[in-house]
Amino acid sequence: MSLADGASQHTPTTVRPPIDWKSGEMASRRASRYAADRRLQVYGMIAIAFALGFLAILLATLTFTGYRAFTQTMVTVDIDFSNADLDRANLMEANWRNVFRQAMLDDVGELSRAQQRDYFSMFTSSAPFLIRDQIIANPALLDGRATFKVPMSDPIDQLAKGQVNTSLPPDQRRVNDNQIELFKKLEASGAISQPFNWGLFLNSDSRFPELAGLAGAISGSFWLLLVCFLISFPVGIAAAIYLEEFAPRNRFTDLIEININNLAAVPSVVFGLLGLAVFLGWFGLPRSAPLVGGMVLALMTLPTIIIVTRAALTSVPSSIREAALGIGASKHEMIFHHVLPLAMPSILTGTIIGLAQALGETAPLLLIGMNAFITSPPAGVLEASTALPTQIYIWADSPERGFVARTSAAILVLLGFLVIMNGIAIFLRQRFERRW
Amino acid sequence: MAGYLLLFIVLAALFVSVLGVARGKSRRAAAAVKTHSRPIYHGLNAAIWAGVPAFVFLLLWLLFQNSVIDALVLASFPGVDAMTGPERDLVISEIRQVAAGNIFKEPTAEVTAAVAHLKSLQALAMWAMVALTAALVAIGAFFGLGAIQARFRARHSVERSVTWFMMFSSLVAILTTAGIVFSLLYEAMQFFARVPVTEFLFGLRWEPQIAMRADQVAGQGAFGMIPVLFGTFMISMLAMLVAVPVGILSAIYLTEYANERFRAVAKPLLEILAGIPTIVYGFFAVLTVAPMIRSLGLAMGIEASPNSALAAGGVMGIMIIPFISSLSDDAFAAVPRAIREGSFALGATKGETIRKVLLPAALPGIVGGVLLALSRAVGETMIVVMAAGLIAKITLNPFDAVTTVTVQIVTLLIGDSEFDNPKTLAAFALGLVLFIITLGLNLIALRTVRKYREKY
Repeated sequence: MSLADGASQHTPTTVRPPIDWKSGEMASRRASRYAADRRLQVYGMIAIAFALGFLAILLATLTFTGYRAFTQTMVTVDIDFSNADLDRANLMEANWRNVFRQAMLDDVGELSRAQQRDYFSMFTSSAPFLIRDQIIANPALLDGRATFKVPMSDPIDQLAKGQVNTSLPPDQRRVNDNQIELFKKLEASGAISQPFNWGLFLNSDSRFPELAGLAGAISGSFWLLLVCFLISFPVGIAAAIYLEEFAPRNRFTDLIEININNLAAVPSVVFGLLGLAVFLGWFGLPRSAPLVGGMVLALMTLPTIIIVTRAALTSVPSSIREAALGIGASKHEMIFHHVLPLAMPSILTGTIIGLAQALGETAPLLLIGMNAFITSPPAGVLEASTALPTQIYIWADSPERGFVARTSAAILVLLGFLVIMNGIAIFLRQRFERRW
Repeated sequence: MAGYLLLFIVLAALFVSVLGVARGKSRRAAAAVKTHSRPIYHGLNAAIWAGVPAFVFLLLWLLFQNSVIDALVLASFPGVDAMTGPERDLVISEIRQVAAGNIFKEPTAEVTAAVAHLKSLQALAMWAMVALTAALVAIGAFFGLGAIQARFRARHSVERSVTWFMMFSSLVAILTTAGIVFSLLYEAMQFFARVPVTEFLFGLRWEPQIAMRADQVAGQGAFGMIPVLFGTFMISMLAMLVAVPVGILSAIYLTEYANERFRAVAKPLLEILAGIPTIVYGFFAVLTVAPMIRSLGLAMGIEASPNSALAAGGVMGIMIIPFISSLSDDAFAAVPRAIREGSFALGATKGETIRKVLLPAALPGIVGGVLLALSRAVGETMIVVMAAGLIAKITLNPFDAVTTVTVQIVTLLIGDSEFDNPKTLAAFALGLVLFIITLGLNLIALRTVRKYREKY
């Protein structure tokens, strides 16, 4: 009481009347302030919902356009080789086309010439070669009857999957009425099936969607990542150890550090230009080779690995270093026998995440020519090849309807690899990483 | 062949190391004095001696073998002195094609002779490579094993080698930057020798395809980069319009409002957006977003291009959200508790604290993050290659198609490896511009963040 009196004596003459916090004016002011608070919260929620909703739409679209490519419409053809007109002495050059066509005609009966043309275009154009390859692998099939499963061509595949609008006039769709009729006939006879599309993983690229697969791209990406790992892992760790443990603090090492941080932010296409000018132009290394791609990706991954390794090394407590030095280890022994093994789980986690980024990199690979049309998987790091992301780029540019689904399927495969790699990284982190 | 040689070097080094360990052990047993190094170091030292010189030699040999052989074959080719550079390249590539068995037309007598010469040189080079590598391995092994003595300080020797390797490794970052700068500068200089710098920097027309025609003099204003640069910033700005508000608002919600469980789920999900390869975004932009924006434009009565700037920029903005979100997150976290609590103590609501106290205090960090994101948007390639246009024009209509620096680099260089026409060289000049812009943005961003963080 006396305190309040004392205070009022010292206050200047203009005493404001006490604020009535319960008045209507104050209540509405409070309400509007709280409303502003809630509005900000709602905006935040909307922002998050927008971003996550977009992620959901992205994944859903890719799944819905891509899942169809995981099955392939096949036709079962039953061939009786006992009376087939085949040059058995030279199976490689024999007239497999006739054999296949005759067997297919047996299933549907008499057809006019125009109908025959429509009919044969319903099957993949390399069907005779697929049969030939199976026979050469297993000549015993030549005695008597044998059944084969042959992919149907892309338009029929789309028809079987319900992707062709049959109510359109015939000149606006890629399947004519003859073919629809014939397809229904084959379907009724039970010759049509839609098994899992192993060709997507076992075949290499092809001009025909029904035969195109990712085998070449996956093995190309494997070689790329192998080269990238073999270069960036040892070099990155060595550089990090030197900078963290050995390097004197001077202007030169500062320059190296600034450099590493800047390299991490250089656009990937610039690394592609570097690879094109230096590795292809000056050193004359072969175009489209996983070796060159791997080297470019290694330079891009290097900053990530160096930064991760340095963080992992600093997190190892000094008591361990001092204990090692105390019992007589040299500095190298202290680092390589004690500090590095303890830091290794974090380093591996970072390395895998870096490699996952490298796996999705496209632009530098385009510049060094890894978007070529290559129909067989590369056998080594010097052979021309594609990679998963560049294969996606090639397919996305292809006009055939079937490639849209294949592109989405290829993206799903790529995302699958990324999920696996990140899963391993998370597992390593949770299982082995130590907090000191 | 080189692969087998590499394997041979590795196996030989392994073998030598085993020998070295055994020898070290026997020396240790025989010595009256205490040995300096454990046997394993003797083995490692011998292996380094045997393997590293041979490995380095092999690498250098492989790097220079092709160019040396080409030069030798060309030198003996009749009439080579009268040829220009591109003609020589043509001759050598023909000789190589014929030697590889890809014969398109009957080769001339000179070419056949050159092919024979090439093949003999290649065989010679191969045997020389094998013999010299093996010799280096043997000599290295001899010295490495010969050095093993009881008092030989093998551990010091090994550690010195390791240190050298580590020093070299840390130089790789510098060498990469130097490689980028020099290769871009060198090729850009070649370009500026054909097209004046001022035309490139200030020209308002970008039509690189025209200059390919033989009757067209290179340049003539077709290589003005202003429209390309304009398109780049147009698309980047559209991306930032999406990413900045969404990123900052989601960071605010996640740090200030969300409970622990929601945060633990939503934050990793947001980070997924940054982990998706950009080619996936590009395909999505073409497949879904571009048609949507086209029909939206038509509904509004605007003629929308199928590869509108809005589609490319919008999708790019989504990709960038996590960067801005996590960098703003860091900026909010760096604001000291006392400031926040002071605001609460004065009776401010949470929203007022965020808007009037946290946001201004965290602004430098946020600006730095936005600049980093902008540099990322400028350098982003695959989304724009797939979703943006090829024609360079200056327009402010987001439904129109514009092109970007990265799109031009990729389209100019795909399927083309000859560095002798302005079209391909222009890509390097654009690359140089891109490198300078992104480097500048990064440096400014890092400086902004560092400078203002010191205040707390």
